[in-house]
Amino acid sequence: MAITTTKSAYRKGIVDALPFILVIIPFALLFGLLATEAGLNVVEALTFSIVVIAGAAQFTALQLLQEDVPTAIVLASALAVNLRMAMYSASLTPWIGGAPLWQRALAAYLTVDQSYVAAMTQYEREPQMTVPQRMAYFFGTVTPVVPLWYIFTLIGALVGSSVPESWALDFAIPITFLAMIAPMFRTLAHVAAALVAVIVSLIAVNVPYALGLIIAGLAGMMTGAQVEAWMERTKPGSAT
Amino acid sequence: MMIDRTSLWIVIIGLGIGSFFLRFVFTGLVGNRQMPAWLLRHLRYTAVAILPALVAPQVIWPAGTDGQFDLPRVSAAVVTLGVGLATKNVLAAILSGAATLYGMLFLLG
Repeated sequence: MAITTTKSAYRKGIVDALPFILVIIPFALLFGLLATEAGLNVVEALTFSIVVIAGAAQFTALQLLQEDVPTAIVLASALAVNLRMAMYSASLTPWIGGAPLWQRALAAYLTVDQSYVAAMTQYEREPQMTVPQRMAYFFGTVTPVVPLWYIFTLIGALVGSSVPESWALDFAIPITFLAMIAPMFRTLAHVAAALVAVIVSLIAVNVPYALGLIIAGLAGMMTGAQVEAWMERTKPGSAT
Repeated sequence: MMIDRTSLWIVIIGLGIGSFFLRFVFTGLVGNRQMPAWLLRHLRYTAVAILPALVAPQVIWPAGTDGQFDLPRVSAAVVTLGVGLATKNVLAAILSGAATLYGMLFLLG
């Protein structure tokens, strides 16, 4: 069903983000648990999740804080894990750059992998959406996700380390991301971008400060752009 | 090792401000201005490149097994991606991936 009003855009955002509830809960629980194990109290763990809302970066910071690593390096490494957010910001700009500044600032705080991917998929599927509808959709996608991120961090910190490792909560996020990736393979360029990114990420896994991810991402983006340009050139009847 | 409280709060606040800046840098500062076509062409592939690159090492060397190759996790990853490709349904993909993970973990004990 096509989106016709900002209200229906907001609702569609909520509905599209509902599957993420299944994974945001275990992931937030896991952060709360590990934070408690690392010696953080409930207030510290919850503040961490509210101020940062970036699971992967929080896990990185928590891990490094427990090792004998200088504070500046902890900060730099965790920010490097979050560098992809700058790329998300760049790729959202053509779609929501026209929104009021306060909405862009709020959307920036609420940019997480789930909201970004859901929004991009929707914007590309229905490019005729207006900017207010796009913002409404974006805020819809975070409505079921972000409050649960706070709440289950809190619960994880309260129940402490009573959840056994055999629950394999660590794998909740890889499964979500894989599920989110699958609908994105629309053209050969998308498939090529993903393949190159995967190969480079495996080769570059030992690059310090989590920069392997950024290198792999850039390699994938360059591949996608090249393949897209090549497809346009070889398309029958194309002017260039 | 006990985490030093000053370091902890520096990291929480610093990471909060830094992450906000990273998320805001383009939407906030570029805003409505037109970006060059070559850049837009690259940005179209951000999600489809970054997410697989983020996941691939975790599938091959999972944190939950201290980096040891783990058949249940790899199977779950393959099933999730396969179901996602076949159905284009995020929920179906997540559920079948989770079912595979727990099924295999149970069977392999």
